[in-house]
Amino acid sequence: MNTLELKYAQEIEKILAKYPPDQKRSAVMPLLYLAQREENYVSEQALKEIAEILEIASTEVASIVGFYTLYYDQPGGKFRIQVCTDMPCALRGSEQFMQKLCETLGVQPGGTTPDGMVTVEGVMCLAACDRAPMFQVQSGEGLSYHENQTIESALEVIEQLRKNAERRNGNE
Amino acid sequence: MSEGYVLLRHRELPDLDQLEVYRQNGGFEALRKAVNSMKPDDVTQVVKASGLRGRGGAGFPTGVKWSFIDNKNWPHYVVANADESEPGTFKDREIMESNPFQFLEGVAICAYAVQANVAYVYLRGEFWQIAELLDQKIQEMHSAGLLGDQLFGSDYSLRIYTHLGAGAYICGEESAMLESLEGKLGQPRLRPPFPPSYGVFGKPTIVNNVETLTNVPMIINRGADWYRTMGTEKSPGPKVFSLSGRINKPGNYELSLGTTFRELIFEHGGGIPDGKQIKAIMAAGASSSLIVANEAALDTPMDYESVPSLGAQLGSASVIIIDETVSIDWLINKTMHFFRHESCGKCTPCREGTFWMSHLTERIHSGEAAPEDVNLLYDVANQVRGKCLCALGEFSIEAVLSGIDRFRADFDARVAPKQGEKLAEAAEN
Repeated sequence: MNTLELKYAQEIEKILAKYPPDQKRSAVMPLLYLAQREENYVSEQALKEIAEILEIASTEVASIVGFYTLYYDQPGGKFRIQVCTDMPCALRGSEQFMQKLCETLGVQPGGTTPDGMVTVEGVMCLAACDRAPMFQVQSGEGLSYHENQTIESALEVIEQLRKNAERRNGNE
Repeated sequence: MSEGYVLLRHRELPDLDQLEVYRQNGGFEALRKAVNSMKPDDVTQVVKASGLRGRGGAGFPTGVKWSFIDNKNWPHYVVANADESEPGTFKDREIMESNPFQFLEGVAICAYAVQANVAYVYLRGEFWQIAELLDQKIQEMHSAGLLGDQLFGSDYSLRIYTHLGAGAYICGEESAMLESLEGKLGQPRLRPPFPPSYGVFGKPTIVNNVETLTNVPMIINRGADWYRTMGTEKSPGPKVFSLSGRINKPGNYELSLGTTFRELIFEHGGGIPDGKQIKAIMAAGASSSLIVANEAALDTPMDYESVPSLGAQLGSASVIIIDETVSIDWLINKTMHFFRHESCGKCTPCREGTFWMSHLTERIHSGEAAPEDVNLLYDVANQVRGKCLCALGEFSIEAVLSGIDRFRADFDARVAPKQGEKLAEAAEN
């Protein structure tokens, strides 16, 4: 058994049970999310381990990481703030919101704060067009939506994320 | 709507997302009725008679699709399309968040109708929290004997699983979704064969949108005739319209199909902010042709037959409002940026076409384009037409062609040489 299997034996079993026994490959996307929980990105090691579990080539797993935008092959900030700057949100001021947020945090779009905590990115439609400006926060633990945002409320969200991260580090 | 809500019932029934409350309001009676007293094909016939059409965008008759299932090849599957990603669409989200059991009951009835023992809900990766919520609701259904083996004492068994995508718009296209569910790149398949004969894992599969399936329990409970009292003859039933853009009250509105644009925009949506004039409407999200918002257009009923008379489609009914302050060249640049990003890369006309079109729209919008670039953009768009494997490529050009045809002045203004440049040119000559 490899590291991923040892650590998440129960989760992996549950995931595999969703698909027919001869269609294990279907589990590649949920397993990638599981691997990403560890370091916020999919490492070479994780690619190999997922390939082993599913009995496919690790290049095939890598192609999935490359194709889908919510998987990362490089580490980024601990939290990814993904602002929807797509057309319907842009009609409600999301581009200005994004620009101001980047200025306030002192990063370029796509950049990460010096403490490695927050990466700010513009993304495509998140199905929240009536509550723009909005962003999602992606971390290893999952995704959450934050809607009808102002710069002030966004900074509060970020402050809370930092605090939670510190608390968790303190507990470890 | 005189009958009250059919889909967004949570708006008048508090806590409808709780199993007990849902059951107190007739929940799972339709599934029980189907499994205990109807043959699978009878269920399909009722849905066919109701005239329900797919709410994901294509408007294909749902019962007809179910009747296409290949009964010589087993097992069968049902996949609920919860990959809601069309810019301007946010209706399935509200249904799953607030009325999840009616949706899941619809999935279960569809599965019974085509005798599938496994159904998947394919959610876009961003709907992580909704997937967690649905997993919990599915678990509650199991505990209450509403899923699992020998449903209601019959020999029919059903399991429902969620499956999360990971940020690819193309996976809302049904054949790309099936590829993705198989753990492959989300790229469309060549069709035929269509999913009812060759779907996920190569088995007969019915793929339906969340909103479509959410209609089904009410149709089984109250009958096809009742359903046809709403909407128009060819587009019966209610529809959730997602209203966004330059509008006072953006949000979801459940209205009969055939409601006019004017009623949606000015009565329900509260009109245009700051007293501005409405300029254009995109009725099907970024995949729309641009509708010139004149009086005749505003009085057009929003149904699958009438919107095409405006040279546009209703699609998923994600109605984006554009006011007079927006230049259409900016709008086209945004939509093209989206399609360029989301093209899956499988077929050349779409991959290269969206790349070059976005290059041109960017150049036009930044004021660096020559006047002939507008015609070049139009030409490139025309060359993409009819050459793509799926609708993404085809839809990417709708806004470009209609934008240039119907709002040419916005483009010409952007590419006209500026006064200073004219003088400089004259001086050089």
